[in-house]
Amino acid sequence: MSANNPEIAKGASVVIVGGGVTGLSAAFWLAQAGVDVIVIEKGIVGWEASGRNGGGCSHHHSPLFAEEQRLWPLMDELLGYPTEFRPDRIRIALNEKQLTLYSRAVANARGQGFQVDELDPQQVRELVPLAGDNVYAGHYYRFGGHANPHRTVQAYAWAVQNRGGRVLQHTVVTGFRQEGSKVVAVETDHGTFGCDHLVLAAGPQTARLSAMLGVDIPTRVARAEMIVTEPLPLMPIGGIDGNGLYGRQTLRGNLAYGGGPHEWLDAEELPGGQRPSSPLMQSIAKRVAELLPKSAHAKVIRSWAGLIENTPDGRPIIDRAPTLDNCTVATLSGVGFGLSPASGRAIQQLVMDGECSFADISGFRLSRFRDLEPDWDALQGWLPLTLAS
Amino acid sequence: MMHDPRSVSGKTLDISGHCSLLVIGAGPAGLAAAIEAASQGVSVTLVDENPVPFETMSESVPLFYGQRMSGTVRNRNAMMEQMLESRPDLVTAFELGIDVRLGTACWGLFLNSENMRWMDRPVAGLADEENGSSLVTFDRAIVATGRRDMGLAFPGWDQPGVMGAAAAIALAGQYKALDGRRAVILGSTADAMIAALDLAASGVEIACLIEQADVPVGPADLLARLSAQGVEVKCNNCVQSVVPGRDGVEGVVIDGGHLDCDLVVIGVGAVPMIDLLAAAGCRVSYDNARGGFVPDLDEQLCSSFPQLQVVGDCAGIWAGKSMDPAIAETEGRFAARYAAQMLGSTVEPAENTFAAPSPPPEHAFDIGAYRKAWVQRSVLDAETEPHVCQCEEVSAREILEVRPPRYLEWQASDNKARTLPDLLGEAPPDPDQIKRLTRAGMGPCQGRRCREQIQALLALKSELPLSAIPLAGYRAPVRPMPLKTAAPAIEDAAIAAQWDSWFGMPRQWTPFWDVEDFYTVSSLDTEKPHVSE
Repeated sequence: MSANNPEIAKGASVVIVGGGVTGLSAAFWLAQAGVDVIVIEKGIVGWEASGRNGGGCSHHHSPLFAEEQRLWPLMDELLGYPTEFRPDRIRIALNEKQLTLYSRAVANARGQGFQVDELDPQQVRELVPLAGDNVYAGHYYRFGGHANPHRTVQAYAWAVQNRGGRVLQHTVVTGFRQEGSKVVAVETDHGTFGCDHLVLAAGPQTARLSAMLGVDIPTRVARAEMIVTEPLPLMPIGGIDGNGLYGRQTLRGNLAYGGGPHEWLDAEELPGGQRPSSPLMQSIAKRVAELLPKSAHAKVIRSWAGLIENTPDGRPIIDRAPTLDNCTVATLSGVGFGLSPASGRAIQQLVMDGECSFADISGFRLSRFRDLEPDWDALQGWLPLTLAS
Repeated sequence: MMHDPRSVSGKTLDISGHCSLLVIGAGPAGLAAAIEAASQGVSVTLVDENPVPFETMSESVPLFYGQRMSGTVRNRNAMMEQMLESRPDLVTAFELGIDVRLGTACWGLFLNSENMRWMDRPVAGLADEENGSSLVTFDRAIVATGRRDMGLAFPGWDQPGVMGAAAAIALAGQYKALDGRRAVILGSTADAMIAALDLAASGVEIACLIEQADVPVGPADLLARLSAQGVEVKCNNCVQSVVPGRDGVEGVVIDGGHLDCDLVVIGVGAVPMIDLLAAAGCRVSYDNARGGFVPDLDEQLCSSFPQLQVVGDCAGIWAGKSMDPAIAETEGRFAARYAAQMLGSTVEPAENTFAAPSPPPEHAFDIGAYRKAWVQRSVLDAETEPHVCQCEEVSAREILEVRPPRYLEWQASDNKARTLPDLLGEAPPDPDQIKRLTRAGMGPCQGRRCREQIQALLALKSELPLSAIPLAGYRAPVRPMPLKTAAPAIEDAAIAAQWDSWFGMPRQWTPFWDVEDFYTVSSLDTEKPHVSE
């Protein structure tokens, strides 16, 4: 520890760069394990995608899925603040094509021992009062669910503070200090913070920051959009989606949904710019009205957009940086909120023990991109459109 | 380059038409701009959301009407005629061949920027009762969306009859549909005094103006006109509560007394209506002399988007401008001349289009201190705890203690240690962060009534000037729209064909037990069944 150097006496055992849901969950689990931890956030906690997503919690494809499912029902108590987590989910298909697509996800979940019931249209309408005559079929997930991203992010942050950790908002990382293959300090516009271990979990900024340490994290950034309606009477299950939408009915009654085409953008050199949303709002509204026809009169009161980093295969990277002794990098590749209880715990174990005890996360290793084509972004069509003059 | 079929690339929006110059708002500034541009040969489309349908007015859109619209507002034709009568320049606009669309709201402006490149031309979202929502492209726009009123909570301010000054003026003047006989006016700003004079002229009795400050803050000549009519400004006073009756306000309790009235008109702050501009991503700054947050404008009144000019109240409000519509009209004409020039007009502009618009006076009174003082007296010193956010029913204390909403039934003690200072870090409190946690400002009115009060509350609590508190974000649609109205009339088939709940990457949802050890783009040649999240 660098505490003897007065210039960097503000440090902690673990410094986490990024106050999104992944970094904060890692901080929570580290603090829970008694580790002195600081989270450095350029703006406000959860300000980016962590606070702008649909709040879904059912990721059957991930090795973290089982742990995610185990932890979500415990999170309110573990954190000490409400996350608004509610279990279960019903996914509605309005046509055969959607049913085929959704059935593959169901097969994956069942394969891991989770229960999914098939619903006929009448059963869907009984369980989902806002559904209509256009239901083709539905699936009742007896797992998963949804939570409130805003409240969850803040709950992590407060839980970190309650365990002696520090969350520094409005603090911008400007560089790192290295001694050989060790990162010894993080430099910010509010001073230098010494560290025994560094965690980079900075969302769209992760690649830019890791490049400062000579570590290449292949990601590209895209915009996704959501809309929300005025509150409607609560349905028995809020976790209703389908028809190409993700989202939920919030506990307040609003319908919050997103989906549709994304737009590839340049990563921001100076983060914190505008997050404008597009007229795609109209097409999302159309699909919400199709999914829940009895809500068609409900007013859209807001739309928003978030910027999300994506790895070439769309799967997370949670790994020790190969060329450094004491640095862990994490990007959940656009699907981080629901997995956060488990991803943070995996990062904690990776930092403290060098490996994850509860899941095989070898699929998240950075070296899987060893043979990646240098122009992979162009090959996948992941380049930004030209900026009109 | 390859094409990502699930990105916006190659997908088109349903555009119903194109405007060379789109003018948004047909008040003095917007009308002057539209008429000037048309006179210079520019093809102009002029939209104004008025007359607003009765149901929409009931939702305090766009102004805080306080449910005091008389039944005549339900008659659309009568309202249309009334509007033409109250704004004779509209007839001129029709005669000049301007495409005038009344009852048409603009709910969003979408321009190319670093984080939004999809549209190669600027797009405006419009909506009207008959046709629902539609999109038009435009070359340039002049935004003249006017003003709205700062709300002010006190016990009973959710009663019918409590309304904003701009709303009262609009109902009494433009609509001739104000349902009220006797008004108490809160505040002694120029805008409060103008409301008093306008309402009096339309036959409403003015009980008095209530001012928390020691002396009236509005201009002496307006004060003299009020005095001449026998209208008093009660200073060092504040409304304590509303006396509610069957139809709303029947009176108010003030310091040391009671006043009979059926209208309580809030005139403590006229606020530039920048929602459309802020949602589009225009740079805005707080400017005390211009009435709060206003867009940053250059000498040609262009915003940070050079295609968007801003005129009238939404570019800034001060006493002299509220009293003299010629200032707004000058802004409109000045902006129109430049717009016409940029659009290639070869018509010689009229001489009066060159006069640079008057700036606000340098020594305006401190609206920040004034608004904070009102919120202290009216909201924080209230005997009960009125809801500052009416939509989500959040009180000042709940905002300042960052309390989770009541539906969570979270005990106050659990949250005790989590008050505002914990959130601050190195920066002033952000209303959007407070909103996310307390829901204040998150309801259907999207902060139209509570936004400036929350700004003042956070400034008071953190002992900062009002100007230090960031703007709570605005987002499209800036007017609420039913889902079925918001849906596009026609949608590019490519959008539906590729619509996936998430990014549609070939390997993103592959189950973890089926993932290859190494990933390359060429490995995608081996197709796997597409799984959606």
